[in-house]
Amino acid sequence: MKITVYGPGCTNCVTLADHAQAAAKELGLDVEIEKVEDFAEIAKAGIMNTPGLAIDGQVKVKGRVPSIEKIKELLK
Amino acid sequence: MIKWFADLVIYDWLGFDGATRLGESVHFFFYDTIKILFLLSVMIFFISILRSFFSPEKTKKLLSHRKKYVGNVLASILGVVTPFCSCSSVPIFIGFIESGVPLGITFSFLITSPIVNEIALVMLYSLFGWKIGTLYLISGVVVGVVGGIIIGALGLEDEVEEYVYQIQINDEDQGEALAQESKKEMWRRKIEFAKGEVKEIVGRVWKYVFIGIGIGALIHGYAPASLLAKYAGEGNPFAVILAVLFGIPLYSNAVGTIPIVQALMSKGVATGTALSFMMAVTALSLPAMIILRKVIKPKLITIFVTVVGLSIIGIGYLFNFVM
Repeated sequence: MKITVYGPGCTNCVTLADHAQAAAKELGLDVEIEKVEDFAEIAKAGIMNTPGLAIDGQVKVKGRVPSIEKIKELLK
Repeated sequence: MIKWFADLVIYDWLGFDGATRLGESVHFFFYDTIKILFLLSVMIFFISILRSFFSPEKTKKLLSHRKKYVGNVLASILGVVTPFCSCSSVPIFIGFIESGVPLGITFSFLITSPIVNEIALVMLYSLFGWKIGTLYLISGVVVGVVGGIIIGALGLEDEVEEYVYQIQINDEDQGEALAQESKKEMWRRKIEFAKGEVKEIVGRVWKYVFIGIGIGALIHGYAPASLLAKYAGEGNPFAVILAVLFGIPLYSNAVGTIPIVQALMSKGVATGTALSFMMAVTALSLPAMIILRKVIKPKLITIFVTVVGLSIIGIGYLFNFVM
């Protein structure tokens, strides 16, 4: 499974990446976390409001930092 | 009620004397901190509920292929209510341009949104009263409208980096899952969202509120007679220009700027001058320019700074003249 975190590297993006990592660990999933910091790539994914999160290429979160619990639901 | 509580804690429990300078400063600090944190929490809750009805995606659709003037006014107002992270201005810019929002209208949105935000408004209303708060809100929108109209009229589409026009956005509808929820679920989600926003924003800004009010309290209690008034008061016709020129290289958010503005005003700086300074600090900053450079060429950045700077100066003079 692959998780992509979209964001230029501000606090929110870092928190989102941490939450995703923690959620995957709690579920015992083997995931690869990729960070996309390039603005053009972020925009191409249809994300105007960072941070964004995609699971296996499907954008699930735009413009907010979901809790670890919420990401666990998305990962299931 | 807050005043009663502050009286009780500071005078009765802690035993400060209200007639002394120290007692008065401590009381002022305690009262203002509670008042502002309380107002911030309540206001952020309701504003977040309001904002949850807007999103950059909806705003983009509303603004796509709009005519100028009406489009500029709409974009500027949407800039006030559309929620987005301050580091998202570039993806928003690309998203707007790609979906056919005219350049000038995109700028109206991008100019107003950093100037006017909920935290700035709450602090202005509670520290300076509704009159200055409203003036600031209206002038922030006006600067965005005027700046966007001028940039639109100059025909600067060539000054946007070419790659922006070539980007194809993968814009499948991802809101589907949410569209099926019931009304009750929707409101529950909005209230949860608003509560989260209150926790997040108040958790982030309370330190600045403390420091700001601390500085304010010191100035109220101890500052000597106005030195700044001589140079930046109503007597100096260049005060507004100086305030804007000083404000551009400074980078701070509204929360950090308001205590400075309050200090300036208590030292005799005119209202228009102080408001121009605050707008220059929030709307024009070096880090924001560096980020925007990724999508627009230096010439357009220069024009953007000039147009917005001049509009802010105009607003400053207007207020100094009217008030």
